[in-house]
Amino acid sequence: MGRGFGDPGDGKVSLVNATAPLLEARELTRHYTVSRGWLRGKGEVRALEGVSFALREHETLAVVGESGCGKSTLARQVTMIERPTSGQLKLAGEDVGHADPATLKRLRPQVQMVFQNPYASLNPRKRVGTLLGEPLAINTAMDSAARRDAARAMLAQVGLRAEHYGRYPHMFSGGQRQRIAIARALMLNPRLLVADEPLSALDVSIQAQVLNLLMDLQQGLGVAYLFISHNLQVVRHIADSVAVMYLGRIVEMAPKASVFGRPAHPYTRALMASTPVLDAKARRERVAVKGELPSPLNPPSGCAFHKRCPYAVERCLSELPALQPLGDALVACHRAAELNV
Amino acid sequence: MALLEIENLSVEFGTEAEPFVAVDGVDLAIDAGEIVGCVGESGSGKSVTALALMGLVDFPGRVRAKRLAFAGHDLLALSGAERRALVGKDIAMIFQDPLASLNPCFTVAFQLTEALREHGGEEERRSSKVRRARALELLRQVEIPDAETRLDAFPHQLSGGMAQRVMIAMAIACHPRLLIADEPTTALDVTVQAQVLELLCRLQREQRMALLLITHDLAIVAENAQRVFVMYAGQQVETGRVPEIFEVPRHPYTHALLAALPERNRDNARLKAIPGIVPGQHDRPGGCLLNPRCEFAIERCRRDQPALAGPAGRQARCHFPLDESGRPTRGWVADSATPAMAR
Repeated sequence: MGRGFGDPGDGKVSLVNATAPLLEARELTRHYTVSRGWLRGKGEVRALEGVSFALREHETLAVVGESGCGKSTLARQVTMIERPTSGQLKLAGEDVGHADPATLKRLRPQVQMVFQNPYASLNPRKRVGTLLGEPLAINTAMDSAARRDAARAMLAQVGLRAEHYGRYPHMFSGGQRQRIAIARALMLNPRLLVADEPLSALDVSIQAQVLNLLMDLQQGLGVAYLFISHNLQVVRHIADSVAVMYLGRIVEMAPKASVFGRPAHPYTRALMASTPVLDAKARRERVAVKGELPSPLNPPSGCAFHKRCPYAVERCLSELPALQPLGDALVACHRAAELNV
Repeated sequence: MALLEIENLSVEFGTEAEPFVAVDGVDLAIDAGEIVGCVGESGSGKSVTALALMGLVDFPGRVRAKRLAFAGHDLLALSGAERRALVGKDIAMIFQDPLASLNPCFTVAFQLTEALREHGGEEERRSSKVRRARALELLRQVEIPDAETRLDAFPHQLSGGMAQRVMIAMAIACHPRLLIADEPTTALDVTVQAQVLELLCRLQREQRMALLLITHDLAIVAENAQRVFVMYAGQQVETGRVPEIFEVPRHPYTHALLAALPERNRDNARLKAIPGIVPGQHDRPGGCLLNPRCEFAIERCRRDQPALAGPAGRQARCHFPLDESGRPTRGWVADSATPAMAR
């Protein structure tokens, strides 16, 4: 089958893995320099600022937040598309932030990605079989017959039929395309799948199919998910733990039950209160947050959320809150303890 | 008399010999001051319905209706000039992507005053100063901070939420009696979505507008609308009041759609997904359009197309509407609000 590619093959990885998390980020930071136009000098966007988390196999960490909060920047670091500005990112014990190209080449197959829009992420000029075989052709020494067998096996695994092998992406519906994208991401038997809003381009009736597929695959393959989404209802279903991001920082990170049961950060509460729900009884009181996400080019002083926060006090304007434990959650809010009594 | 009356509205594309029916027999009445939700997946015909109301379906699209009337005017019989006097003034529409709907070459003030120049009162049509003052007032009404400077901003200088507020300001500039909002918050973040929906509903209340809220998000309708109709493959499959329609769905599609939501599956590891996909142009099945995906479908569903039936205001397009426990029944009983016993 050609499975197990990407492991060094000496058995060490699994030994390390029994104790250490699959993915570990410590103070991960990524800044971008942007031009602000003639005569205005360069600006710095702090897209990711001191983000720390750990993710184990079989687990799903959901990253939620509004657009511009750094979710996708995080995905680019984890998939090794970019190097972090500072901080540490360890995949199976190996630091990928400062790894040499050969190490990166060896590590990259272990992290694969599923993108938001399956209408854009599949090359319309390639047949499904070619799309699925491509990762193998590039990264393994498998011959074409073995690649074809692996692709057909994967098609069955994601709920597509063998005759789909020779078809082009335009012949499929959105849900089926996302299945193909997931199949392609799994071809190299990765240990971590980064899914960047994998459901938001799909219809409601199709979302459930793909969500079920993702959960079945995790159960069968033990792959870890870094699940980026803005849909809290979906996150509540699939995630084990949730990291809420705001303007490049994690403001709350906790197991799912605690985030949804007792959201501690005012921003988390605002997100939940803003999410429309079906059943009138489950409706929370609207904590209306004012305004919109501030520009990451010119973030507010102190706590980045203070301008929109209904609980902000003097201290929030000047002092940046650190991520501190509160119950089984980590919360970055000066007033978290008193607000959650 | 209802503000908007639609009877048997159909919109077809393609050739006369082989038409593609995008909207098939939609009936709808909206009263002044009412919020009506329209829910459906992509391709279900909800946007085309709205475009047909606005008269924006171009050749080769064909709009047919037994009755399509707004405040007594027959929309199908209007001349171009008469229609232009109505659309943009009494009927306004906002679209999904605000930054694509605004013209990038003109300032907010220019685009806001355009409708006033055309449809405004005598003074507004004459004086640009009056128009500008009114535009400023509108921006304040939609709660745009720093409204004076935003007047001279170009669309690219606005965030998505801000741009949608400008779109809303443009739509309400001439005090429309009917506002059609086609997925007004789909391109926005949740916190901004909540703000924009609240704004829309506040303006709707204050101005006693009728609001047709088109969305794919059932929860948005549940929170904001008073009545709702669910569309599937161009047809209305169920109509009813909120929250009734979400508590006791009569049509298997509504039922399955609700059951597939994570919100309704708190204790289940697997969601109750609907198998298959929405039928496209060439693969519409015979009989009930849902039958290949319906868990309750039997022979009759594959043979006969059901009609919208049931008590007034609570109808479902199903031979065997569901009962309270979600089981199919033998059909509606005359003069009764509930269907008959189990099938």
